[in-house]
Amino acid sequence: MYTQSLDNHGQAPVDTAAEDAQRCAQFQGRVDLDERIEPKDWMPDAYRQTLIRQISQHAHSEIVGMLPEGNWITRAPSLRRKAVLIAKVQDEGGHGAYLYSAAETLGVSRDELLEQLLSGAAKYSSIFNYPTPTWADVGAIGWLVDGAAIVNQIPLCRCSYGPYARAMVRVCKEESFHQRQGFEIMLALARGTAAQKQMAQDSLNRWWWPSLMMFGPNDADSKHSAQSMRWKIKRFSNDELRQRFIDATVPQAQFLGLSVPDPKLRWDEQTGHFEAGPIDWNEFFDVIKGNGPCNRERLEARRDAHAKGAWVREAATAYALKHRADGLTRAA
Amino acid sequence: MSATQWPLYEVFIRSKGGLDHKHVGSVHATDANMAIEHARDVYTRRMEGVSIWVVPSASIVASDPQEAGSLFEPARDKVYRHPTFYEIPEEVKNL
Amino acid sequence: MTGAPPVSASVSDAVRLDYVLRLGDTSLILAQRLGEWVGHAPALEEDLGLGNLALDFLGQARLLLSLAGRIEGRDRSEDDLAFLRDGGEFRNFTLVEQPNGDFGQTIVRQFFIDAYQVALFGALSASRDADLAAIAAKALKEAQYHHRFSSHWLLRLGDGTEESHRRTQAAVDWLMRFTPELFEADDIDRQTCAAGISPDLAALSAAWHQDVARILKEATLSMPKAERGAPVGKRGDHSEYLGYVLAEMQFMQRAYPGASW
Repeated sequence: MYTQSLDNHGQAPVDTAAEDAQRCAQFQGRVDLDERIEPKDWMPDAYRQTLIRQISQHAHSEIVGMLPEGNWITRAPSLRRKAVLIAKVQDEGGHGAYLYSAAETLGVSRDELLEQLLSGAAKYSSIFNYPTPTWADVGAIGWLVDGAAIVNQIPLCRCSYGPYARAMVRVCKEESFHQRQGFEIMLALARGTAAQKQMAQDSLNRWWWPSLMMFGPNDADSKHSAQSMRWKIKRFSNDELRQRFIDATVPQAQFLGLSVPDPKLRWDEQTGHFEAGPIDWNEFFDVIKGNGPCNRERLEARRDAHAKGAWVREAATAYALKHRADGLTRAA
Repeated sequence: MSATQWPLYEVFIRSKGGLDHKHVGSVHATDANMAIEHARDVYTRRMEGVSIWVVPSASIVASDPQEAGSLFEPARDKVYRHPTFYEIPEEVKNL
Repeated sequence: MTGAPPVSASVSDAVRLDYVLRLGDTSLILAQRLGEWVGHAPALEEDLGLGNLALDFLGQARLLLSLAGRIEGRDRSEDDLAFLRDGGEFRNFTLVEQPNGDFGQTIVRQFFIDAYQVALFGALSASRDADLAAIAAKALKEAQYHHRFSSHWLLRLGDGTEESHRRTQAAVDWLMRFTPELFEADDIDRQTCAAGISPDLAALSAAWHQDVARILKEATLSMPKAERGAPVGKRGDHSEYLGYVLAEMQFMQRAYPGASW
């Protein structure tokens, strides 16, 4: 998930024809046969660059994504919720770690990737630039944002690049608890006092459209999708996945007794799908450009943690150099 | 080892007694203890393991995929290594 | 219990409650402090590590506060006790409410508590109080891992760079003043010890000082004397920080009285 800006904001892949045409054809043949590509295998440079960009954006999104929910760890309204939230936010960090690890198999270091994030050069999912002013937002993020993530991520478990696919299997397994805990929070609010229900509705109002935007621009405007589909990095179009999410989520909102903030939303008997109103893409591109409500705060928080941790990272390195020869527990 | 970039370790987890350690990913760490601790925190939050190996990534020697043909394909026609190659009358037991 | 004096009497529920709250509140407030780190640690893997610590302490707190609620017999849940008591009713050590400071200060605070908990839970697993013994047996394994984690970090920071040594020594010097309360037996400690519920604090103190001195030495850090008395949290006398910790932690339950989440 979390790679929605890729299609329009990445560099255009270089023309593969410029590379060894025969190797490219062989490579495509392997991909067509659903073989997995592994780190040391030959691959077109454009494939490598596309993956580095997509996987690192995904990883950045996970670690920036720790912040809006992490806000609520110290204020969670019960000890049970606090435990779940810590575990959940910690999992996001874990997912970031799995993904950086996958990206590093492509020959780029985590430090380089972090540098791109902190300098503002790399993108991450715009969803995390929205604020979490109320407890209900923790519920809405789990339910909607993680829900959208799951829809987006399940096909990635079959991505042609082995390390990415394996990381996604792990991520998807863990993510299902995230969505369920979010829905459970919403359910408690929906069944609670009038103030709690209002809190839930207000949160749905704020998160609904940004969640739909997570799938990226409409197919007609998503110019690099085709190449990613050929490479089997991507297996379904943005609009297909978005529709899947809407169809799954609208009945859940109805169950909660909350209304989806889309006056044009209607059930289409003919297609058997919910038809949603148009998305405000100006808002989407604006947030991606850095003008979202919390872009600045999120990056500042990451930079701050990185800067304050510098002396710690240096100390660990210095200690290791001094104690290189110390005994270890040997495997076997 | 540079001042900031912590070296990479590959992580292998034995999910339960009786099974092999299996590669699960990597962590950054400056020393072996830290690598074990990081592997534990990153890869075994859900009781995924009973034992962890960590290996400096730089210490792993891998075969070259370009040589996959010469390394592995010569084994392909040696079907006589497999038990199904041999025809034994059905009435003969315990073979 | 090994080393404990012969059991002379059983204790009142009030005394037992107070003792359990000391343990539970200490774990709770430390979990709260550790939770502040998640997403802000010096390295991604440390976010996960500190998160695991927070979860372990929170788990201990929930078991202990639930037990406290049962002992009290007023039908108060773990949440009632966590979110609806005022500062003076909290029985945590003053040490754990101290701010995270830099990573060095967090690690020193952590190591002091881990060294304490390893000794405490080791002894408490043999407590005559079966409920406490069961909780301690589970928590001991956690504490042993925490000790591994924090002592390794203490070595890296103490024996790392000049800057890390300076920062960490400063943290040791500052936080040491909050440690006497861990070992100064008061009436609650004496009664629970005499009843075979809690361990002898003198023995605990010896084990702790030996452990701490050993690790500090290996970390090239010096062991300062505990100067100037600090407020004794376990008797409800706290530093200014606790109020802020509670203000944040209890906000939702105070703002929406009676709601369930």
